[in-house]
Amino acid sequence: MSEEKKDLITLESGEMAQPFAWSAGTYGSKFLTELRDNKKFVGVKCPQCGKVYVPPRRVCGPCFVELTELVPVSDEGEIVTWTVVSFGFVDPATGKQKPVPYCYAAIMLDGADTVLLHFVDETDPEKIQIGARVKAVFEEERTGSLLDIKHFEMV
Amino acid sequence: MGKRVAVTAVGMTRQRSARPDVSGQELIGEAVRMALDDAGMTRKDIDAIVIGNMDHFEGINYVDTWSVDGSGALMKPIMKLTTGGTTGTTIAMAAYYHVASGLFDRVLAIGWEKNSESDTTGAIITAFDPFWDRPIFAGAVAGLAMEATAYMKETGATEEDAAYVAVRERTHALNNPYAHLHLNMTIADVMNSPYLSWPVKMGDMCPRTDGACALIFASEDVADGFPRKPAWIHGVADRHLWAYTSDPYLDFKTGEAWFPAMQKSSQDVYRRVGITDPLEQFDVAELYLPYSFAGLRYMESLGFCEKGGAPALTRAGTFDMGGKCPVNPSGGVMSSNAIGATGLIRVAECAWQIQGRAGDRQVPDVELALATGFGGCFWSDVLVLGKEKPEKARG
Repeated sequence: MSEEKKDLITLESGEMAQPFAWSAGTYGSKFLTELRDNKKFVGVKCPQCGKVYVPPRRVCGPCFVELTELVPVSDEGEIVTWTVVSFGFVDPATGKQKPVPYCYAAIMLDGADTVLLHFVDETDPEKIQIGARVKAVFEEERTGSLLDIKHFEMV
Repeated sequence: MGKRVAVTAVGMTRQRSARPDVSGQELIGEAVRMALDDAGMTRKDIDAIVIGNMDHFEGINYVDTWSVDGSGALMKPIMKLTTGGTTGTTIAMAAYYHVASGLFDRVLAIGWEKNSESDTTGAIITAFDPFWDRPIFAGAVAGLAMEATAYMKETGATEEDAAYVAVRERTHALNNPYAHLHLNMTIADVMNSPYLSWPVKMGDMCPRTDGACALIFASEDVADGFPRKPAWIHGVADRHLWAYTSDPYLDFKTGEAWFPAMQKSSQDVYRRVGITDPLEQFDVAELYLPYSFAGLRYMESLGFCEKGGAPALTRAGTFDMGGKCPVNPSGGVMSSNAIGATGLIRVAECAWQIQGRAGDRQVPDVELALATGFGGCFWSDVLVLGKEKPEKARG
């Protein structure tokens, strides 16, 4: 290191905790409690265009109408697109290194018209493809989080 | 009807991996002083300032006030913008609107970022929804990789097609002293580089960069009074696409549109400016291509060719220096990515090209130039700049 660089001072933020609390909303909470308590997926249907949103949201963006009709959707679906992450990074939610490699995919569950992001338990690019069928595998202990789904497995 | 607006002065720091020798304010100050010198002006001549970065990336969340020593904004109207990857082009568009409205004659637009001061991937993840995106999302690299997977499936394009974009951008950057990366890369170098997130390799990806850029936007009433020839804004447009990181992939599923935000924003501005054939009409383009595959799909979304047509044009050198429409003579985002400055640098490079001030990367006789910004859940800003004063101001 050059003499000049040794004289440059950097301040580090240190080991700080900065707690936030976010609301999942009425439908988001419903989706997560269904996952937690019943291992079931619930979506919400637009009364105007008929699109089923999973996870549910309050408004259909294109129609800009309030959504109210909750509908059940399957725990199986297909991969719309995917990647295998192999670079290391720190998960900002936990402050820990995310274990790599892992596959994550945009998954369209049967009965849904939007896609859900989640892990797929396969990391060989040769074995994964768009259109592949997948099924949700749940954690034993569930807390009301998207991570109550352990991952999707290829079927 | 609004005023016509021109970019009349440019300031830019050299883009570097880290600038520990300056604080953020000082980095901003370097670009601002260069822009003021370029304009032959002082701080007092500036009517208003638009500034932006991704403030939570640096962990400094009031940069508009914190940076007044560097920006020259002390006791002046100032507005801060933070719109992800599009931040720089949003700053340019906001400065344009400030002037086009007739309320200000000389507006300073500043974009900056010190990516070396944070964990960029971690910071990007926290820009997304805490329930549905963050637990799974691995930041920009992996999000873009999903786009690449879908693009290859949809068009039959290959990883090697993308490598041609990567090599072009890196080769162009060799002509640009402001660029962060100066890499003499071959197709084999890109193909042999390690996967970051399949199918995206190290050689396909942009770096993280420290840098700042400043432009002066002037109204038609004063634009001719500057030492540099004005580079006129002919039109601007932007579109945002949905809410969650998974939403853009619906387009692949339905086939309804090909990157709808970019398609709609470019069609909107082309209609107003009179662009019917982008490949024929634009002399140069400075596009926000954050990774190699973007240099394929975005050309198609911007109407330079049909869906699936970009690999062949790219391999043929259509977008190289000396080609029909050189893309990113600067080396683009894949050679420098100081996120909040990146979009504004695209506009700055277009201005330099129009003014004939682009040095070794100058494209001959630039009449019309295209700049884009890209960010977040696949949203898009599009700006058209030209040498001639447009016949009227356009929204």
